[in-house]
Amino acid sequence: MKMTYREAIRQAMHEALAADPRVFLMGEDVGKYGGTYACSKGFLEEFGPERIRDAPLSELGFVGAGIGAALGGLRPIVEVMTVNFSLLALDQIVNTAAALRHMSGGQFSVPLVVRMATGAGRQLAAQHSHSLENWYAHIPGIRVLAPATIADARGMLGPALADPDPVVIFEHAQLYNLEGELPEDWRCDIVSAAVRRAGTDISLITYGGSLPKTLAAAEQLAAEGIAAEVIDLRVLRPLDTATLAASLRRTHKAVVVDEGWKSGSLAAEVMACIVEQCFFDLDAPVARVCSEEVPIPYAKHMEEAALPQVPKIAAAVKQVLGR
Amino acid sequence: MIEFKLPSLGADMDEGKLLEWKVRPGDTVKKGQVVAIVDTSKAAVDVESWSEGTVFELLIEPGETIPVGTVMATLLEAGESAETAKRTKHEVPVAKPAAPTPAPAAAAHPAPAVTGRRRISPAARKHAEELGVDIESVAGTGPEGSVTLADVEQAAAKKVSPARTATAPDKTPDKAAEMRKAIAAAMSRSKREIPHYYLSEPVPMRRATQWLAQANEGRPITSRLLMAVLQLKAVALALKKFPEMNGFFRDGAFQPSVAAHIGVAISLRQGGLIAPAIHDVGGKTLEQLMLDLTDLVKRARAGSLRSSEMSDPTITVTNLGEQGVAAVYGVIYPPQVALVGFGRVNDQPQVENGALTVMPMVTASLAADHRVSDGHRGALFLAELRDLLQQPENL
Repeated sequence: MKMTYREAIRQAMHEALAADPRVFLMGEDVGKYGGTYACSKGFLEEFGPERIRDAPLSELGFVGAGIGAALGGLRPIVEVMTVNFSLLALDQIVNTAAALRHMSGGQFSVPLVVRMATGAGRQLAAQHSHSLENWYAHIPGIRVLAPATIADARGMLGPALADPDPVVIFEHAQLYNLEGELPEDWRCDIVSAAVRRAGTDISLITYGGSLPKTLAAAEQLAAEGIAAEVIDLRVLRPLDTATLAASLRRTHKAVVVDEGWKSGSLAAEVMACIVEQCFFDLDAPVARVCSEEVPIPYAKHMEEAALPQVPKIAAAVKQVLGR
Repeated sequence: MIEFKLPSLGADMDEGKLLEWKVRPGDTVKKGQVVAIVDTSKAAVDVESWSEGTVFELLIEPGETIPVGTVMATLLEAGESAETAKRTKHEVPVAKPAAPTPAPAAAAHPAPAVTGRRRISPAARKHAEELGVDIESVAGTGPEGSVTLADVEQAAAKKVSPARTATAPDKTPDKAAEMRKAIAAAMSRSKREIPHYYLSEPVPMRRATQWLAQANEGRPITSRLLMAVLQLKAVALALKKFPEMNGFFRDGAFQPSVAAHIGVAISLRQGGLIAPAIHDVGGKTLEQLMLDLTDLVKRARAGSLRSSEMSDPTITVTNLGEQGVAAVYGVIYPPQVALVGFGRVNDQPQVENGALTVMPMVTASLAADHRVSDGHRGALFLAELRDLLQQPENL
């Protein structure tokens, strides 16, 4: 069935709300407005204000309330408008949600799901456009997901709600309007990376909003006789390094594509894993395509120039291949 | 625009001297047409074109010695005109190696001035160790002049004999010495890279000798069949059941061949040997094979072979029986993966139906590449070959 990424997210939440009375949705504008990205349109009428709760503009407050609800036996889905705003809730997520199982000697678990939009490309400027997934991927105690396909948008929420520990889901803002086929079997794990395109010459490793760009670059390179393998990380923490290593042993070369800034990026972590596990299989230095190290600009042409784009990816691949 | 490049006419060839062009600009060239005569260290070979087109430019002069892979001429494809071709040529300049002397490896791709050690990828260094290639002698073509996996594989595939580069173009090279060098390079590579295993099997030849005598009765001497032809045909038929003996091992993988193009080892009068192919032996009658073999031996000794005969044997058969030896254990000619040998046919005491009898026997032997096949399959292959030679009427 053809549908948008937005509709896949909506269906996943709808299914969870209908199946389990412990599940509820909370966040800014999720109720009356139907969600900033319209992922919860009609939910308020269908499930009522007890389960579809509009929150005040206090990320620290409502993420904390979500943690309390999870501790009390509920299964909250907390929506944060963008990753930029989630910084206000970092204390709750890092110091409380991620740490409680450890600090209570295993007595308490926090079965909380936090969904948030991330990424640039919509001219929303520096306070709504950043990619800070790597901040969360740094923290032990939480699982970090980045659905980049219609199937993952539909399939990841179920296992995330079933996880007894906190799960943070990043939805790239440019993906909501992505339209595609929802495969019959969309159920998935939240453990492994996926090979989205097989190839033998080089591995392109990416996730989230950069996946469509990377696939487009691979398509363009194929026309020039370069067979690029594209790997979608899917799970940013813990990283599925086995899939990465297996690919590198086939291709011996890699480019990592990450919309985060280069310094201290998730791309850096991926590269370090590759060097740790595959050093003797490498045939060229591993390269990365990241965002330019500036706050994401507002002006369209400057925003485009700041982000990883298809020509930049293709150029990096050619450099690694010495062409 | 089609580039016509000097093909490798065997694993031991890395350069050739153009003797003569058989076409001129403007000529139409068909697939398989002889376009040039090239002197390898072994023979003057008629080089065929594998593409169709119209000759546009001849880039090499007769007398020039050039490395394998050098663009010798350009052909226009159907629909291409000289004007469009010229334009593409200017936009994408064809890398035309300056020629006769293959440049010393290290200088081929000068690395940018960097301090510290040479740039060699970890994978290339490891692979060079596995292949026994001296990494310091491998030229780098990767990013920033680094040595990559592909560079190591290329270096392993064609190790240049160092003396070759010293040959001054104005001196007539010693043909026998050149050939010895070429054989040395190919055979060293074979023994370095191919893990050989050897098997042999005594084959009763009474039925084959009797059948052959009968078949040759009444034939003029010139059209009589030789035992070698029966052996070649039997090998080709046996290969149908054992494809892992027939083909090439290249780039770490075996590529089986459907047809059996059998290289026939022919010793040359001036010394040395050559093993050009009879094509598709399995699909030919014994009479046709006899004609082909006679023709091939004659042309090999006259030094006029065709490029396809030189470059595509998928297996080699050697018969040292006429020199009186009992059995031969051969060295595989890379990138082939097997070599079948036959010794002389001679009478041996044999037990047949519980009684001692005199039986003409020949020892069939197999040298095969253990990367591709195992002794078990090799043994079954020789058994199949033995059984086929018991039914000469079916060959």
